Amino acid sequence: MGINGGMMTKTEYYDDHVVRLFLLTTVLWGIVGMLVGVYVAAELAWPVLNFEIPWLTFSRLRPDHTFGVIFGFCGSALMATCYYVVQRTGHVRLAWGRLAEFTFWGWQAACILSMVTIPLGITQSKEYAEPEWFIDILIAVVWVCFGAVFFATLARRRIRHIYVAVWYYGAFIIAVGLLHIVNNIAIPVSLTKSYQIYSGVVDAMVQWWYGHNAVAFIFTAGFLGMMYYFVPRQAQQPLWSYRFSIVNFWALISIYMWAGSHHLMYTALPDWVQSVGMAFSLVLLMPSWGSAVNGLFTFNGSWHRLRTDPAAKFMVLALVFYAAATFEGSMMAIKTVNSLSHYTDWTVAHVHSGTLGWVAMITIGSLYAMAPRALGRPAMHSHKAMELHFWLHASGALLYVIAMWIAGVTEGLMWRATQPDGSLTYPFIDSLIAIKPLYVVRWLGGMLIWTGMLVMAWNLWHTAADARRKIILPVPVPIPDPEAHQTPPPLPAAG
Amino acid sequence: MAYRHFEFIEKHAWTLGILTAVMVSLGGLAEITPLFAEARQVRPPENIRPYDPLRLAGHDIYVREGCYLCHSQMIRALRFETQRYGHFSAADESVYDRPFQWGSKRTGPDLARIGGKYSDEWQRAHLLDPRSVVPQSNMPAYPWLSQEKLDGGDVAARMRVLRQLGDPYSDADIAAAPAAVDGKTELEALIAYLQGLGIANEPQTAATAASAPAAGVSP
Repeated sequence: MGINGGMMTKTEYYDDHVVRLFLLTTVLWGIVGMLVGVYVAAELAWPVLNFEIPWLTFSRLRPDHTFGVIFGFCGSALMATCYYVVQRTGHVRLAWGRLAEFTFWGWQAACILSMVTIPLGITQSKEYAEPEWFIDILIAVVWVCFGAVFFATLARRRIRHIYVAVWYYGAFIIAVGLLHIVNNIAIPVSLTKSYQIYSGVVDAMVQWWYGHNAVAFIFTAGFLGMMYYFVPRQAQQPLWSYRFSIVNFWALISIYMWAGSHHLMYTALPDWVQSVGMAFSLVLLMPSWGSAVNGLFTFNGSWHRLRTDPAAKFMVLALVFYAAATFEGSMMAIKTVNSLSHYTDWTVAHVHSGTLGWVAMITIGSLYAMAPRALGRPAMHSHKAMELHFWLHASGALLYVIAMWIAGVTEGLMWRATQPDGSLTYPFIDSLIAIKPLYVVRWLGGMLIWTGMLVMAWNLWHTAADARRKIILPVPVPIPDPEAHQTPPPLPAAG
Repeated sequence: MAYRHFEFIEKHAWTLGILTAVMVSLGGLAEITPLFAEARQVRPPENIRPYDPLRLAGHDIYVREGCYLCHSQMIRALRFETQRYGHFSAADESVYDRPFQWGSKRTGPDLARIGGKYSDEWQRAHLLDPRSVVPQSNMPAYPWLSQEKLDGGDVAARMRVLRQLGDPYSDADIAAAPAAVDGKTELEALIAYLQGLGIANEPQTAATAASAPAAGVSP
């Protein structure tokens, strides 16, 4: 092996095959996961909709919705963009292409197994970690392979400097692996049942350390990686401040891990852990807004693009929702606010302003930016369909979040309302009766969003027409001039 | 630190990866390890016993069906909570819950001390058809619970794994399990579990503690 291959070597191409596969499943899991979401939303408004069938019942299906959108939709989107970004920022083809393809099939197998077993009652019933032990092992194996492909690709990169987007993807891979393994340690009773080693208070803390940091490293770090790559691309501007992005990176990944106990305020968790969680949740606002501001200011000088580019519109509104949801999250971690908001639909509103507003919109914006390039087309098939999707999604998300905010505050206030003599004003059922109309509004919002996903699927299907006929041209890797004294020496280009 | 020092991290993937791993581990180590130490020290009080076989089966049905998605089992230390649900929940009340059932959302009311508040007959009617007893309820009906019978061997296997994890089941407890659940339906197990919730282990005030014989009662 030598570096003087020169003109003799073959051109190296980006491995976009696995990117396209994950792109496809992003859309499929988005549609499936959100359809389940719309259905469970309808069940809360009209409880007869379970038709007395076990696997169609709300309590069996709600984890299916969260698993489908978190691991199916977000997982596919993050793995697609991660493989895309690590190649483009390093000017290198993906290492270990077959292992990368295994991560695709392995991940889909884990998602399908989970989505089938959870409604059948084969579940650990740990929030956002429902799959039973044998699926957890599969997930762990796939995840380690994903990390291996990622770091092996980094190791052979041609650009020495590692761009900040890749840092976030790296943190996402490391932290999610750690969280998944620690949270799921269990002893099997049979194939379909296991008992975890944690119980009671320790379990509560481990669970919310996991649950909160799944939010931190899937919904935040992973999607910030997406943001840091695709927002400057779409704005056609350099990142507003690179150093600021680095400060925010270290602050975000270290502080987030302390904040999980804000899910357990006023419970039997030791008081000091609650207070530490609250303090770190407040500090967390700074790196969160730092990232949001960095993304938004990157559009300085490019704001006119919002008039013509739906992908940019999705990204900007995503950043606005990110800023809003992180502010809300920090406020909800204040004990006084939490005493009102906890256990109510306000939590549901908060999660969905983060997921429908930030996560889904930055994903959709990035997909509209990435898909034409990965599919060998100059642009998406239909501009109008992207516009329509934007308005469906934005109005659906607002309708959903506002309905659940009102519902949550109503519940919180009714549960604590007392008469002058000190007795409680309302029996519990009154709070449910009061918010039932809002459950219908929330379902409508979900329907708008789901319709938007169908529009996106239609648009992508037509954009992918060439790819389906296999007349797609691979994208050559640009080989940079070697820097003086670069170690390790740049690899020769190889097919 | 001059920026050029920092640049070293930006150009070396392994340094970056290791530093990232260190930074993400600190929070969990600081908050979770002390709880492990504490959990090892604090033994559950005498009056809190692990679930008997029928209630264990009921607990696992509660977990399987996902009841925790709409019902919490955690009465917070807030006046309006204790007024509605009873004494706030203490840490030792959930030592035998794997996973913990504190919940995160109340579409229905808290159940930490639901035991004994309604009759078995009411619970049965409510689980089979919630709107027959609470017309405004949006809880789903669970009619299949009355059709499924418990498997005694399975319950015993579960108790053996729980003993491995430290729950104080004796050989006699486990040997008696199949007979204890023989012929019972899932519905009966779930009702037994619900009717036991919070009854024996409600922390006692000074007045009642003096008079109540607490020891040895199952939760």
